[in-house]
Amino acid sequence: MSDTLLEIKDLKVHFPIRSKKLFGGVTQYVKAVDGVSFRIEKGETLGLVGESGSGKTTVGRSILRAIEPTEGKIVFNVDGEAFDLSKLTDKELRGFRKHMQLIFQDPYSSLNPRMTVRDIIAEPLVAQKLAKGGEVDERVREAAALCKLNLEFLRRFPHAFSGGQRQRIGIARALISRPQFIVCDESVSALDVSIQAEILNLLMDLQKEFGFTFLFIAHDLSVVAHISKRVAVMYLGQLVELAPTKDLFYTPKHPYTEALMSAIPEVNPDQEMNPVHLAGEIPSPINPPSGCRFHTRCPYTKDMCKTDIPKWKEIEDNHFVSCHFANTLTLKGAEIPTSVDAN
Amino acid sequence: MTTTNLSPQEEQSPVTQTESKEAQRYYSATQFQLIWWRFRKHRLGQAGALILLTMALAGLFAEFFGPYSGITRTSEAVLVAPQAPRFCNDDGCALRPFLPGVTAERNMETLRMETKIDLSVRRDIYFFIKGEEYKLLGIFKMNTHLFGIEEGSIHLFGTDSLGRDIFSRALLATRTSLSIGIFGVIIAFVLALVIGGTAGYFGGGLDYGIQRLTEVVRVIPVIPLYMGLAAAFPKEWSSTQVYFAMTLVLALVGWPTLARRIRGKLLSLRGEDYVIAARLSGAGPSRIIARHLLPAFMSYIIVDLVISFPFMLLSETALSFVGLGLRPPTVSWGVLLQDAQTVRAIEQAPWLFIPALFVIIAVLSFTVLGDGLRDAADPYQVSN
Repeated sequence: MSDTLLEIKDLKVHFPIRSKKLFGGVTQYVKAVDGVSFRIEKGETLGLVGESGSGKTTVGRSILRAIEPTEGKIVFNVDGEAFDLSKLTDKELRGFRKHMQLIFQDPYSSLNPRMTVRDIIAEPLVAQKLAKGGEVDERVREAAALCKLNLEFLRRFPHAFSGGQRQRIGIARALISRPQFIVCDESVSALDVSIQAEILNLLMDLQKEFGFTFLFIAHDLSVVAHISKRVAVMYLGQLVELAPTKDLFYTPKHPYTEALMSAIPEVNPDQEMNPVHLAGEIPSPINPPSGCRFHTRCPYTKDMCKTDIPKWKEIEDNHFVSCHFANTLTLKGAEIPTSVDAN
Repeated sequence: MTTTNLSPQEEQSPVTQTESKEAQRYYSATQFQLIWWRFRKHRLGQAGALILLTMALAGLFAEFFGPYSGITRTSEAVLVAPQAPRFCNDDGCALRPFLPGVTAERNMETLRMETKIDLSVRRDIYFFIKGEEYKLLGIFKMNTHLFGIEEGSIHLFGTDSLGRDIFSRALLATRTSLSIGIFGVIIAFVLALVIGGTAGYFGGGLDYGIQRLTEVVRVIPVIPLYMGLAAAFPKEWSSTQVYFAMTLVLALVGWPTLARRIRGKLLSLRGEDYVIAARLSGAGPSRIIARHLLPAFMSYIIVDLVISFPFMLLSETALSFVGLGLRPPTVSWGVLLQDAQTVRAIEQAPWLFIPALFVIIAVLSFTVLGDGLRDAADPYQVSN
């Protein structure tokens, strides 16, 4: 196995809910992320999927400390040294920003409309004083060229660009400081499908060239399959399964993953889909269900699921799952695609 | 994954190969250029701006535009009705305007003064005429007035009960009232920016405390607060001191609304993706405020300031009207309207109300200007 770039141990992000009463204080917490542990290898792309409200964006942002984690360790290995990001002060963190970046979901709100494209892309260099004068311009042009942006457009403001071009600007900003680790937070879901493919291919090309490590957060499973080497599935603030992409898609070990896979749309319109319907909605992260968090919607639920919390265990090589019956259930994976390239 | 044959250059976007000069200009326009272009389409707003500009200039050079100083009394012309310049009489028409002769006579039945216009008398109006000496902008000694008359006196808006020219006084009052509004708004803005900005950027307990303080200021009824503050001015203060104290009073009452808005704006912008992006790019708080937050809501602030002007103007006018604000010999719109308080004025000299027209026009102009600016201020909302 290659080097570990990032190791997340028991990450928790709890948002306090203040009581409506005067001086009521904090009474409850929204447990957006509740004990997530995983590792990301250098140069790989880890996909993170889950339905809305499962906490995947919070995981991504708290690793970068855009949201302050409540508990847990985020160990980042850079140049042979290990740093716990959760312990860094604001100032130390600012010096560390050059190593990690975020590509946003919404290419419209993530670019300051009052700055030219050149200034937007240069911001990490200028803010951290990584370059000066002509060097800034040179590196901006280099980054823009890598993202296939027309260099003549650097003087323009973001309002002149389409969604796909704006996302390229966002990518250029993310890679200008040559970070080792980039979180892509639903980075293509706001774009239309043809542009999605271009952006994904761009990201993959850049990864090949510079060896970036990606945490790729998405809800579109085919996108994740296309780009990721391994995929983690999140449900209600916790990981339920983590495995190499193929294993996870075709031999899922967790009933929730099975339900997700059965929901992948079929390209062939004559093909009948048999999605596993989950009952009800995702429960509230304020009062998560006891025992296995998925037991309220799981079609295979048994009595012990309601009381015992399943352990996070490696049942096959590199295949982690948290289900009491992971070894006994036979679950159906995604349809072997006929016309879709699932990588 | 579906793939596509489109290359990035052919991608659907407003930036295409065959774009006009105009489009290029639009794409690289700064925020203020965009605001200006959009404002140019707002005719009503422009009219407001034009009127206000005229008023400001007329106020600034009041001594030049008005034929008399604010305190010159013409004893033979007390409560003279407005005189309209004419071009034609029985002898024919001429380009030079003139004032007809006026004879006043008391109607013995109604006991009213009745004026008779005698068109055969022709008193020519001259432009750039030498008259009373004054200091332009308080510096340059001059005696040229825009217009004037050689014999008798000219009173476009009539005179008051002491024989003072209302036109000249109204121009002087414009200067006082507008400047008091401007200073009041500026002071209120600085207070609001510091207080609201602190609350909005740092949030949490500090925000909570500042918000409660703001609410305390806001719940005090405005009129008694004004009265209390204005009544605290010592009688022996000079008119200049009262003038500056008035601006301060207006500002102290006016800041909470603005502070609230600045706080709200900062609070909402703080969570914007591009502000998070700046933070993740390693920018510190000062850089984020100066480079990312302030420019984003500067346009709103300008609009807010313009819209809060009428409030300042009306407050000053109202206070001076009831005698709590500026006091004679300072002339402001409120002070002028104080003369129009009596029934006698309504009955016999309705022209004493002309300064009220100035107030109405100024307030309306500020409102339409603010409206136009607000529509133009967010150029990124709709793309042309």
